[in-house]
Amino acid sequence: MEQFLQQVVNGISLGSIYALIALGYTMVYGIIKLINFAHGDVYMIGAYIGFAAITYAKLGFFPALLISMILCAILGVVIERIAYKPLRNSTRIAVLITAIGVSLFLEYVMMFFVGAEVRSYPNVLSNYTLHLHGVVINMQQIYIIVTAIALMVLLQFIVHKTKTGKAMRAVSIDQDAAQLMGINADSTISYTFAIGSAFAGAAGVLVGIYYNSIDPLMGIMPGLKAFVAAVFGGIGSIPGAMIGGLGIGIMETLVSGYGNSMYRDAFVFLFLILILILKPTGLMGKNIREKV
Amino acid sequence: MKKVLLVLLTLVFAVGLMTGCGGNDTDEPAGADAAGIKIGVNYELSGDLASYGEASVDGIKMAFDEINAAGGINGTPIVPVIVDNRSDPAEATSLATRLMTKEDVVACLGPATSGSFMATIPVAMANKIPIISASATADEGVTVDKNGNVNEYVFRLCFNDSFQGVTMANFATNNLGAKKAVIIQDKSSDYAAGLAKNFKETFTAAGGEIVAEEGYVAKDKDFNAILTNIKGKEFDVIFLPGYYSEAGLVIKQARALGITAPVLGADGFDSPVLLQLAGAEALNNVYFSNHYSSLDQDPLVQNFITAFNEKYGRDPNAFNALGYDLGKFIADAVKRAGSANPEAIKDALAGTENFVGVTGSFSMGADHNPIKSAVVIGLKDGVQSTSVKVEPK
Repeated sequence: MEQFLQQVVNGISLGSIYALIALGYTMVYGIIKLINFAHGDVYMIGAYIGFAAITYAKLGFFPALLISMILCAILGVVIERIAYKPLRNSTRIAVLITAIGVSLFLEYVMMFFVGAEVRSYPNVLSNYTLHLHGVVINMQQIYIIVTAIALMVLLQFIVHKTKTGKAMRAVSIDQDAAQLMGINADSTISYTFAIGSAFAGAAGVLVGIYYNSIDPLMGIMPGLKAFVAAVFGGIGSIPGAMIGGLGIGIMETLVSGYGNSMYRDAFVFLFLILILILKPTGLMGKNIREKV
Repeated sequence: MKKVLLVLLTLVFAVGLMTGCGGNDTDEPAGADAAGIKIGVNYELSGDLASYGEASVDGIKMAFDEINAAGGINGTPIVPVIVDNRSDPAEATSLATRLMTKEDVVACLGPATSGSFMATIPVAMANKIPIISASATADEGVTVDKNGNVNEYVFRLCFNDSFQGVTMANFATNNLGAKKAVIIQDKSSDYAAGLAKNFKETFTAAGGEIVAEEGYVAKDKDFNAILTNIKGKEFDVIFLPGYYSEAGLVIKQARALGITAPVLGADGFDSPVLLQLAGAEALNNVYFSNHYSSLDQDPLVQNFITAFNEKYGRDPNAFNALGYDLGKFIADAVKRAGSANPEAIKDALAGTENFVGVTGSFSMGADHNPIKSAVVIGLKDGVQSTSVKVEPK
């Protein structure tokens, strides 16, 4: 039982990170129907920004987190403006391929500048560990979970209680109609990219601190897993992304813990195929019938 | 349409001509440099395994600088031709071809890791140029091919993985009194597979029991699930065959979960990055087999450490030491061969008797593997604090 609880704690910490990344996927998909494959790499760059802020500028955890979120938000907007906006009226496959191109571009530009080797994060959080009935929870895990929850609450607030959020929802339902109502669709899309990328940046810093190891290709796997999480939760749905992220994190941990850690990744992607076959809309996805 | 094609074709030809000229340009100095003995240095200077390649090349350069400062080999200086294979076996192969066919080297050193080194073996055999690695420890397919024939032009300067696996199993049984072990293995590398296999055989033969075997793949970052799983079991030691980039994280996460059992590994642990990743407080009760220890009081070793410190401003690790030995070893072989002829150098390498190096003295075995000892290093707060020498059987 203790072991099971410990696995669940491990799974929730991992899942919180997936959830933060999945939010960006799902928001961008919700608004422009694009799977932004460069999202995992924004997360990687967020980790490096946090690394630079802590190592070179000697900042603490929260300032580093904030700086990384702000710079990633700007990066997200820049990527959208340069790479996706000119293709707004092209086919979806053209934008999708551009996204893959942006992803590779970010990975190898980073590799050129920082080198391919693994870097270790400086220790900015205490190593204090909590022991609850044999379950070990360390401070980093608590920070990850608390930060993730706080950011998700903030997001819910932005989406449901602010004007920008209202505009985002309107554009995601019908872009043309929203524009006719006087909503600036371009800047709304930029806001969406900014928020999604800021969350990815936060996830990057949290992962850097938690695992203490970052490299330019670190975004690929978590990016794909978060994509699975977004699909599992129902792509386009924000609560779905959170539940999907946690679900995938716990599932992975349980497969490694009770099955065979070699099958972990295979299992996650098998799960993706199963969802796509059985319930393509995911847990909380909207089932919209195409009107002819 | 035809016009476009014509323009394109012209362009292709033009580029072809220009690169052709470029090739000839690089060929010229090869002849002009006849005064020096050209030795290829084909290492991982960037990419995932750069830590090993850079360390080896630092050692090699130091050895060559010392030899050249003392007048070279019989008055002829050594000219190293250093190339970066980006930790990619395919790149290593094409660079080996370039070194042997275009640069006219008399021997090639490196790459550092078994995978890339093995990729360059067919090139060496085809061009009849000896290649030597100081750290390719794979059991099979290095100096002896799969049919059991010795690869005539392939040599190494280090013991192989089976020796390390056996050494660590004996260390666990005899020095730590371990009866039950857990293996957490990097499933994506041959290196770890060889270590795990030999550890398991020796440990169980000595009456020990492997209570759990877990695996991970390179680039994994989260090991909490498998560690939580083994935490519920009873065991005396963890054997962790793999490279520093994951091993550091495994050790950190294991200690954070409250697993205090000794962690054993092999020479893949030998990198300053291990300490950065795991943190000093996690690196207690950690032991790994290695080629050399800076704690060795032999004057040869201590002089090397002092000289290295003067040159690079830091303490050498095992790859620095192996690189240094490799540089001295090839120079010694060229000297004994009496000429810079690859064939003569190959014979001199094969006939090595009692070469005295920083990583131990050895003679070359009939299978082109050196017969040399290993050390088991113990870490305390991330610093090497104990070393035990293990002789070959």
